[in-house]
Amino acid sequence: MIYQGKALCYGDNIDTDVIIPARYLNTTDPYELSLHCMEDLDPSFKEKVKEKNILVVGENFGCGSSREHAPLAIKASGVQCIIAKSFARIFYRNAINIGLPILELPSAVEKIKEGDLIKVDFINGIVENLSTGEKFETKPFPQLIQEIINKGGLINFAKERIKGGEL
Amino acid sequence: MGKTISEKIFSNHSGKSVKAGDIVVARVDALMGQDGTAPLAIRVFEELGGKKVINNEKVLLVLDHSAPPPNEGVANLHKLMRDFAEKYETQLSEIGEGVCHQVFMERGLALPGSLIIGADSHTCTYGALNCFATGVGSSELASAMYTGKLWFKVPETVKIILNGKLRKGVSAKDIILYLVGYFKADGLTYKAVEFEGEIIMELSMDGRATIANMVVEMGAKAGIMPFDEKTKEFLKEIGIYIEEGVFSDKDANFSAIYTFDLSNLEPQIALPHKVDNVYPISSVDRVKIQEAYLGTCTNGRLEDLRLSAELLKGKRIAKGVRMIVAPASKKIYLQALKEGLIEIFLSAGAVVVNPGCGPCVGTHQGVPADGENIISTANRNFKGRMGNNKAFIYLASPLTVTASAIKGEIANPLEFID
Repeated sequence: MIYQGKALCYGDNIDTDVIIPARYLNTTDPYELSLHCMEDLDPSFKEKVKEKNILVVGENFGCGSSREHAPLAIKASGVQCIIAKSFARIFYRNAINIGLPILELPSAVEKIKEGDLIKVDFINGIVENLSTGEKFETKPFPQLIQEIINKGGLINFAKERIKGGEL
Repeated sequence: MGKTISEKIFSNHSGKSVKAGDIVVARVDALMGQDGTAPLAIRVFEELGGKKVINNEKVLLVLDHSAPPPNEGVANLHKLMRDFAEKYETQLSEIGEGVCHQVFMERGLALPGSLIIGADSHTCTYGALNCFATGVGSSELASAMYTGKLWFKVPETVKIILNGKLRKGVSAKDIILYLVGYFKADGLTYKAVEFEGEIIMELSMDGRATIANMVVEMGAKAGIMPFDEKTKEFLKEIGIYIEEGVFSDKDANFSAIYTFDLSNLEPQIALPHKVDNVYPISSVDRVKIQEAYLGTCTNGRLEDLRLSAELLKGKRIAKGVRMIVAPASKKIYLQALKEGLIEIFLSAGAVVVNPGCGPCVGTHQGVPADGENIISTANRNFKGRMGNNKAFIYLASPLTVTASAIKGEIANPLEFID
């Protein structure tokens, strides 16, 4: 649960309609969805994400529609993880459920600049800006949530629990 | 310590006394998925190895977001949903029957005191009927179809008391736009809202649904209306007789209580591209519009159509404006036909499309051109929402939308009202 990559920065209130517009919900295939990820906000997202794959975003990221296609499209675009000032409620749960690591850390978001090299340690809740040497800390996820993300999402997690007779 | 409505509902559904902040696994009473989100839930359900949908008769799958299907991709997703509904014996709402939230309420699936999840962020609409209803993702819908349960964090509750008497021409939509502007898009994240006050008691069930519908635009998890004669009446009309609702205790713990007097409220409008970018109509430039849209899960109900038609009667929509009307359900459509409302719309130059979500979510039936301005009764004006990221969406009440369609520019409906 340690990720390293360059920061790709966006602002506040990025909604799920710009993450993946409803007109593209004619498929459930994550790869197909990723082809249109963020295109209404930043047509060059697809190019940028090849080089910068840690999303660093402002407040209320993922507000709007409940579509789980939004975190799926982001994950399939190659984004490793998201650091935000805050997440909208449904997106927060959806991201965990599909195994996309996310972290709320406003102090880090304020300091990180696009292109900075970032290291994110989810187990200990530490974000390091390797470009500047700055370090930011937050409370790590509870173990259950870490486990869901580790297994790649709720489906795999639940499958194992079903096998073990816990669900 | 007493309990809020949410604490009572989660206690009843988890078999223990819970309070805000507790994490609970709770039994859900009814579930909803629509054609944008249900296909993914079905895929997850099958990957989980689901053999049976728990509480299947309380699961409603709705074909509304792209209905009838505008392309083969959606057509195949519709088929997937129909096949699933037949195999697992869930309820299905066919194309043209209506917008998911309206159909769900009309079918009597939202009952006072119940706990409801839907894979659609505007599931909070059902709070109009004094229940706890919230939007979830597709994986969560799938796991709740599999187990009949879901985990929740019991939310803190904010009470909003709305007092005074609304001016003529000001409606529920203006109230909720005002509140979204006041609290902002993330002001009530993860909170439940309980509404009270003279204005709420005066509002019809349609008006209450409009307000509950948009609490998610402030980040809230649920918006719950009081239980009263109007709740009973709504349910009685669909053959359900319920005498008791859920109330919060006098000594319940609210994280905040806000009181507003809305006697002087004027019509409100949200400017592009954020729902919380709200201004009183008198302070907004009279921008030329090319499209006016009346409909959606926010404002496609009978009261909305009646208000609009009353204003439109004997008038014409301005040259250069397209007005699109989508009743929220077939039931509403039929009643509007009986009352002559549809004839008024058509005679005035509007286009009436089948009940559904198409124009609002930009899947079909009203995609604007580059640089166009649209005034809409919907709940979202995000960039690209209506299918074109170079268009500009203004959100307002049915009366403001209608007045603007007549004038060809953003207009104050109070100018039409004596």
